[in-house]
Amino acid sequence: MSAVGEMKTAAYICRGCGIGERLNTKQMAMVAQKEGKMKVVREHDFLCDASGVQMIRDDIANEAVTHVMIAACSRRAKTEAFNFQDVPMARANIREGVIWSQPEGAAAQEVTQDMADDYVRMGCAEVKKMKLPAGAPVASQNRRVLVVGGGMSGLTAALESAEAGFEAVIVEKQGALGGWAAQLWKRAPFRSPYTDPVDTGVAELVAKVTNHPRIEVHLNATLAQTSGAPGAFTVQVATESGATTALEVGAIIQATGFTTYDIAKLPELGGGQHPNVVDQAGLEALVIAAARQGVPVKRPSDGGEVRSVVFLQCAGQRDDSGKHLPYCSGHCCNTSIKQAMYFKDANPAIDTVVLYTDLRTPGMGEDFYRSGQTKGVTFTKGLASGVAAAGNSCTVQFRDFILDEDTSIEADLVVLATGQVPNSGVNIDIPEDQQPAVKPISILNLTYRQGKDLPQLKDGLTDSHFICFPYETRRTGIYAAGPVRRPMDIAQATEDATGAALKAIQAVENAALGRAAHPRSGDLSYPIVPLEGCTQCKRCTVECPFGAIDEDEKRFPLFNESRCRRCGTCMGACPVRVISFENYSPDTVGSQIKAIDMPDEFSEKPRILVLACENDAYPALDMAGMQRNVYSAFVRVIPVRCLGSVNTVWITDALNGGWDGVMMLGCKHGDDYQCHFVKGSELAGYRMSKVDDTLKQMGLETERVASYEVAITDIARAPQLINEYVAKIQEIGMSPMKGFA
Amino acid sequence: MSDPNVSAVEQYRNNFLREVEENVDEGQWVKMCMQCGVCAGSCPLGEHWEHSPQKLFMMIRAGKREAVLSTNSMWMCTSCYNCVVRCPRQLPITQIMHGLAAYAHRLGLAPKMQPTRDFSIQFWENCTRTGRVNELRLTIGLYFRDGLVAGFKKGWSMRNVAFGLLKAKRLNPFELFKGHECKDRKGIQAMLKKANEIDARKKRPTT
Repeated sequence: MSAVGEMKTAAYICRGCGIGERLNTKQMAMVAQKEGKMKVVREHDFLCDASGVQMIRDDIANEAVTHVMIAACSRRAKTEAFNFQDVPMARANIREGVIWSQPEGAAAQEVTQDMADDYVRMGCAEVKKMKLPAGAPVASQNRRVLVVGGGMSGLTAALESAEAGFEAVIVEKQGALGGWAAQLWKRAPFRSPYTDPVDTGVAELVAKVTNHPRIEVHLNATLAQTSGAPGAFTVQVATESGATTALEVGAIIQATGFTTYDIAKLPELGGGQHPNVVDQAGLEALVIAAARQGVPVKRPSDGGEVRSVVFLQCAGQRDDSGKHLPYCSGHCCNTSIKQAMYFKDANPAIDTVVLYTDLRTPGMGEDFYRSGQTKGVTFTKGLASGVAAAGNSCTVQFRDFILDEDTSIEADLVVLATGQVPNSGVNIDIPEDQQPAVKPISILNLTYRQGKDLPQLKDGLTDSHFICFPYETRRTGIYAAGPVRRPMDIAQATEDATGAALKAIQAVENAALGRAAHPRSGDLSYPIVPLEGCTQCKRCTVECPFGAIDEDEKRFPLFNESRCRRCGTCMGACPVRVISFENYSPDTVGSQIKAIDMPDEFSEKPRILVLACENDAYPALDMAGMQRNVYSAFVRVIPVRCLGSVNTVWITDALNGGWDGVMMLGCKHGDDYQCHFVKGSELAGYRMSKVDDTLKQMGLETERVASYEVAITDIARAPQLINEYVAKIQEIGMSPMKGFA
Repeated sequence: MSDPNVSAVEQYRNNFLREVEENVDEGQWVKMCMQCGVCAGSCPLGEHWEHSPQKLFMMIRAGKREAVLSTNSMWMCTSCYNCVVRCPRQLPITQIMHGLAAYAHRLGLAPKMQPTRDFSIQFWENCTRTGRVNELRLTIGLYFRDGLVAGFKKGWSMRNVAFGLLKAKRLNPFELFKGHECKDRKGIQAMLKKANEIDARKKRPTT
């Protein structure tokens, strides 16, 4: 090893996988040496095999090489072979990015070689700006998992964490564990045969949790305050008396479940108007009460015999008028079938009618539905318009969709399948003065500057990376599980809680090692901010999608490394570019942009910079290469952690440097976003909408900067987008900025 | 012996579904329909049906006894089995349609002069009498079902076909008077009688 601080760079050029046949690797080696100023340059016939890897290791050990640039395959390939933990490494993507995405033959040879040479230049420039990440400073290594809520989801999450060897704490608002599941007579079946209602299993679960040596339970308790970060949360647990106890925990699972939709909001369906109209929870209560006395369920109005029951599905749900819940709660169809079976199993002579518009029976519910039909439950497709209840009988008016007529049905008991309303706490995106009159009570009482609770995704449901990573929220180390994040039944909640428990475990383990949590799990880099350059503009604190940045007393940003996901959105936001990561910074990318050999205005070789999201767009381009989907040789692709990390300085640098166009490929944003970092691509879109003015000032066409949404599956589309964009740039003509830089 | 229709109504009151389950061939399947409508969409004669099978099943569940038993819908079924093949719930829809038709006929509620029903009756009576189908008599019976004038008109319009058949010795005019029988006419009839008895025993007696 050389003296500390002395940089010795090395470039390795692979000739395998056809690179040697297609390209002049000797020339690439020359470029690395002459232009890249690499101290050691070696070619190898098969760099990722044992001898190639050993060659690099030997150079690190014996030649004091401190920085490694590998020109071979994509950085996404051969990661196990090229795994050098002790040096910073850059990868020039010659295989997928050049020889596989460019046509063979003499006609294309020159531009293909240009491309390879440029990627070598870029790799050399990048590696020189990289440092080996040291890992975030570890404040605390608490591995305890706090579970908020003691229902089916919370119990499962606590038990799964404890069974995996971690301590768990349950904080439950009510005086007993079990939640809604404990209020049920039976649950819909969750294993074969899916024919009859089965025992809820709550009592056993509660007993297991209560007696578990690694689980601590706080009943009648709420969270008065939550502060800290993964591995180092401090929560104040408040009891009814007002006394608080401080707890140190490593991760939090919010499993606060749901409240049933208020039946009184449905007076037209008899809700809250008549004792013989109940909701599903109300029916469970009636059935449990009757079972305790050992008698059949009686009519609430007069205790008379129940001979007919009508179940109204989607009551106050799937409503597009804005009055009721807009979504489907998912469990109610199976629940109504189960409840109809309560009656049919006790006495087949009781008429049970399920009035539905679409019967949705997720999981193996279709078998359960069939079993209901076999037992003689009548299923009628229609929509109730009103319930008239008088005396001891109810008349359900409805439109029969099959027979296409308005008709009615008499019933002793009407059950409304109302939906689930999540217990999400405060909606932090609504300003204080616009909060609803009856203010929701905060659940977590976070001390974050971004708000007291988890952000909400939609319709009051707690945050979840819905499409890709359901348990992830925008608050690192805090996970949402169960009906609080999406309406669901017991089986789904159990699965959800197990997933969230595993996420929480992963978070505490990573935090203890100073590594990032999902989706850059294991990343040791973290944002480094020399505050002397900071202008206190607050963009980083506002734009961080994960609420990782607070403010210190001098109003400087205060980074909480273990809350950080390392997306670099702060880096992209910073107008003075003081935020950087050891191995990813304005410089690592900026130097690549400046490193290429820019052909002159008359060469007919435009250069287009492609900044591609490394999560979706970059792999899509790699896969395009694997499938030999050809794209223009005039582009140079630089992967970025997220489009959110793209600093506009890169764009202006590129345009000033004579690049003819800048193309940004990022993930879908909006309601059904696919951005790994939730807001990154959206913020990039917003920032780029402001770039037009800059372009005009520079006297450039606005088309020279363009953003596209690309999914990982766009293997054919991404090359097509590139080709179309290059054609457009060729039409506009070469940049007039060439030759000034 | 009371009118079977009246006694059925008495017995079942509003529960027509149970009546169908106990009296109609494969009637126990009606409750298993999930109202997807694939049968209705698959029927090649669908547009000629007053009510599709899907709708008939719903009408049965809704207790629309009169409308179901007096409709001509199930008489439209040509037994192509398209619906049976496609039904995701694997209901024997064709069999149920014939079962419903037969039940309506038994109760005397089937539409009078419905062509399929008419043909079925004529065919059955024709072939059970001698044990063989007398084609000439069956044809003439069908020609004249709408009256004397209509019968002659129909016959006249088909005269060329008839002469052709005569020439090819495919049509024997003397069949009109006697016609030939099967070898053991009495045996066939005894067999049919026995089958009827067994069938009646299987069905719930409507007393």
